[in-house]
Amino acid sequence: MTDDHRSFSRRELLHRGVALASTVATVPWFVENAAFGLAPDAATPTRTPGADRILVIVQLGGGNDGLNTVVPYFSDDYRRLRPRLAIGAPGDEGPGGTALPLDANAGLGLHPSLTGLRDLHDRGLLGVVQGVGYPNPNRSHFASMDIWQTGRTDGQGTGWLGRYFDARCHGTPEPQAAIALGRDAPLSLVGDVQKPIAFEDERLFRWRGEDLHPAMKAPYEAAVRAGALPGVDPDSQAAYLMRTSLDAQVSSDRIRAAVQRASATPYPGGALAGQLRLVGAMIRDELPTRVYYVSMGGFDTHGGQLGSHANLMRQVGDAIAAFQTDIDSQGMQDQVLTMVFSEFGRRVAENGSAGTDHGTAAPVFLIGSKARPGVIGHHPSLVDLDGGDLKHTLDFRSVYAGILAGWFQVDPRPILGAEHPAATLVV
Amino acid sequence: MSADPLSPLPDRDFDFWSAAHLLRRAGFGGTPAEIGVLQAAGLDGAVARLVEYEPTPDTDSRAVPDIMRPQTPEEQAMLARAREVGDEATLERSRRDRQNRQRRDRDQLRSLRRWWFDRMVTTPNPLEEKMTLFWHGHYATGYRTIEDSWHMLAQNRLFRAHAVGDARQLAAGILRDPAMVRYLDGQRNRRGNPNENLARELMELFVLGEGNAYTERDIKEVARCLTGLDIDDDTVVFRPDRHDDGVKSVLGRRGRFTGDEVLQVLFARPEAATFLAGKLYRFFVNDAPGPRSRDAQRTIDGLAKLLRRHEFDLAPVLSRLFASRHFHDPANRGAIVKSPIQLLVEAIRSLGTPPRDADRLLDDADRMGQSLFQPPSVKGWDGGRAWINTATLFVRQNVLVHLLVGEGGTAAPFPAEHLIAHLSGDGPPDPDATVEYLLRFCLGTEPHPDRRRELRAFLAEVGDRVDRDRIVAMLAIITALPEYQLC
Repeated sequence: MTDDHRSFSRRELLHRGVALASTVATVPWFVENAAFGLAPDAATPTRTPGADRILVIVQLGGGNDGLNTVVPYFSDDYRRLRPRLAIGAPGDEGPGGTALPLDANAGLGLHPSLTGLRDLHDRGLLGVVQGVGYPNPNRSHFASMDIWQTGRTDGQGTGWLGRYFDARCHGTPEPQAAIALGRDAPLSLVGDVQKPIAFEDERLFRWRGEDLHPAMKAPYEAAVRAGALPGVDPDSQAAYLMRTSLDAQVSSDRIRAAVQRASATPYPGGALAGQLRLVGAMIRDELPTRVYYVSMGGFDTHGGQLGSHANLMRQVGDAIAAFQTDIDSQGMQDQVLTMVFSEFGRRVAENGSAGTDHGTAAPVFLIGSKARPGVIGHHPSLVDLDGGDLKHTLDFRSVYAGILAGWFQVDPRPILGAEHPAATLVV
Repeated sequence: MSADPLSPLPDRDFDFWSAAHLLRRAGFGGTPAEIGVLQAAGLDGAVARLVEYEPTPDTDSRAVPDIMRPQTPEEQAMLARAREVGDEATLERSRRDRQNRQRRDRDQLRSLRRWWFDRMVTTPNPLEEKMTLFWHGHYATGYRTIEDSWHMLAQNRLFRAHAVGDARQLAAGILRDPAMVRYLDGQRNRRGNPNENLARELMELFVLGEGNAYTERDIKEVARCLTGLDIDDDTVVFRPDRHDDGVKSVLGRRGRFTGDEVLQVLFARPEAATFLAGKLYRFFVNDAPGPRSRDAQRTIDGLAKLLRRHEFDLAPVLSRLFASRHFHDPANRGAIVKSPIQLLVEAIRSLGTPPRDADRLLDDADRMGQSLFQPPSVKGWDGGRAWINTATLFVRQNVLVHLLVGEGGTAAPFPAEHLIAHLSGDGPPDPDATVEYLLRFCLGTEPHPDRRRELRAFLAEVGDRVDRDRIVAMLAIITALPEYQLC
């Protein structure tokens, strides 16, 4: 192990920091963290393996139609079961258009609007993990999303990445380790100790009282940035709140400063691109953040889905392509991995309203210079179905395990249990 | 040997700020006028008002029972036929019908969240709702798992009916509660084919506490005692043919125990009283982590003894606690991190802010980590410092700004008249006294001199007058202070 005296001394200093809270009260926790080795620092030769790597998660909410995202044109049953929705093989026009080439040998193509992902594929930056799901699939959006986020089939408890951080941080949370763009903090990032930062709009990640009157800013700032006040018992709830309050201010300053600077890379319109633009800015500003989480809804395409799904695919592909360009231009391509998932796919057969109902297994995308490129795993059979639904060929926890082991270089078993072998997803 | 920490506070020490503390902890705080009334009743009178309430009538929640009713045998037969002959249209109609009902049920759950929140804001018996919230965190059950809002309401009524009553009866009620039985797979636990989920949590989280007194073997035996539960629509029924009626051995006692009987075995253990006493202590007195003071430990031991003496009837035990020196000790004021619901309800009730839009407030409560009817797991909410992090602090500060000023030009203004009246003597309110009073009233503790100085400087900066706008501005600043998150 290359783990070294530095991390020991950091723990020791943090410990002393707690004991001396009344005298070091103006130093927020994570500044101490940064000072003792967690901030990106290219000159440092000894580094915890995987510690400078960043994971970006893109959540497609509502249940993305996996079969019209990665098109199984090898299958006659696909065309038969989707008379109004099927996308044709490259060079072949179906009712849903013509697929972009992905893997001719496997008979798989990409949705015609996924030109952004096609370009990444052509550059060897796209991995397509097929048939990802879990046993006894739950078709409730909420329940299935909880299952994906906790990494447990009962959907209860802490998030899988929250547990990763809990195991890493030895009881001292890292305030900026996980940042989610959106109103709600995703359960994935919530641990017993580790809590994510979530904000929809950086302008709201601050106290809104100061908008009421300019004179209010000064007394507010004096109070919330004071840290633990003299005379307050450092072990008390009050002292804890005063210290956390200062942490919050410093995080807010840092994040808002990062995202307010214009991006060098042009991003398309749309909410997902907007979120990824902010993530790109925070990465450029070298925040100590290890996981960023963005999400986009609207994938619950029960009716007339051709147009709406094409629009969604366009937004996803273009936003991710722009983000990857941004990362490349920063020279960060070896340090950033992006994962795209949805809580379930949709039924194989289209429904009576030219849409699709809630289904099961679906592909997961991995993007980055270290993502294992190409089509990974086996496509679920379109003949051997379970009540009209695909049978998954890879458990989603094997995907998570592959990321934890291959990307973050930690043992996934304490986090996910031992029964899900890590898929090889990182090169 | 110092005085018993559970001995009563001398009546002369029961001042306005003690009454305010009592109302905050046993309820959700109150206006200066409400605190004054409580103080005038004297310590025993005030405690009696809070604890010995007449149960509040179950005002119309407007919920309907059958949105998620199970399929009738006729419907099941029809669907089976449709599946056989591949009648896709019928199957799809059924799927759609189910999706529609799920949507309606989620809407109903949202309306129940509003209904309960409104009860907390308006109830004349705040301890009833506060203990209902306590039990919701104790017997935590999540709506997303059971997907039946009517069952969540039934469970909520169960908590309220036993709010300050016999904790053993409540536990017996939980074994008959369709929401909990479904949540912990009680109906899957059958003779010869056990499911230990309910038994394990009964020992670990509900009655004894993790690792207290029991072994894995006891869990298996308790699971046998609990076999035979089933859910028939809205009722938990007992199916003797699924019950294991053999002899079980639980915590050293042997017998052909049923679920109710094994509950008595568990509650007979001293650990049961100590476990509940510790939880009540963290909920009502002090939730700081770390080693407890000697007085704190003596208080918990004393509460456990009282629980046993009163056979788990909570009202007399809580009365003793709320009148005790230890409860009123200045060291135990500002010693609990307000839950998100406490933060919201207390702000509305004590500051008298307009209630604003409940859905918006409840969404913010979700963001602060407390979703009514959706605790994060069967463990409930961790509470204490777990409520507080970088992200939730801004939500907490900003929801107070929202309560005070609302949004948009048509928002109801903050009615400051009662505060101004309270602060006015013969003339207009004095700025020094106003700063002192607002800080003390909002924080519940002696303000730190730095806070006093900063707020006084602010008031001087903006004209040194006390009127509604300036009171709103000062309240916005005070409610953003780190220590405002404590009660």
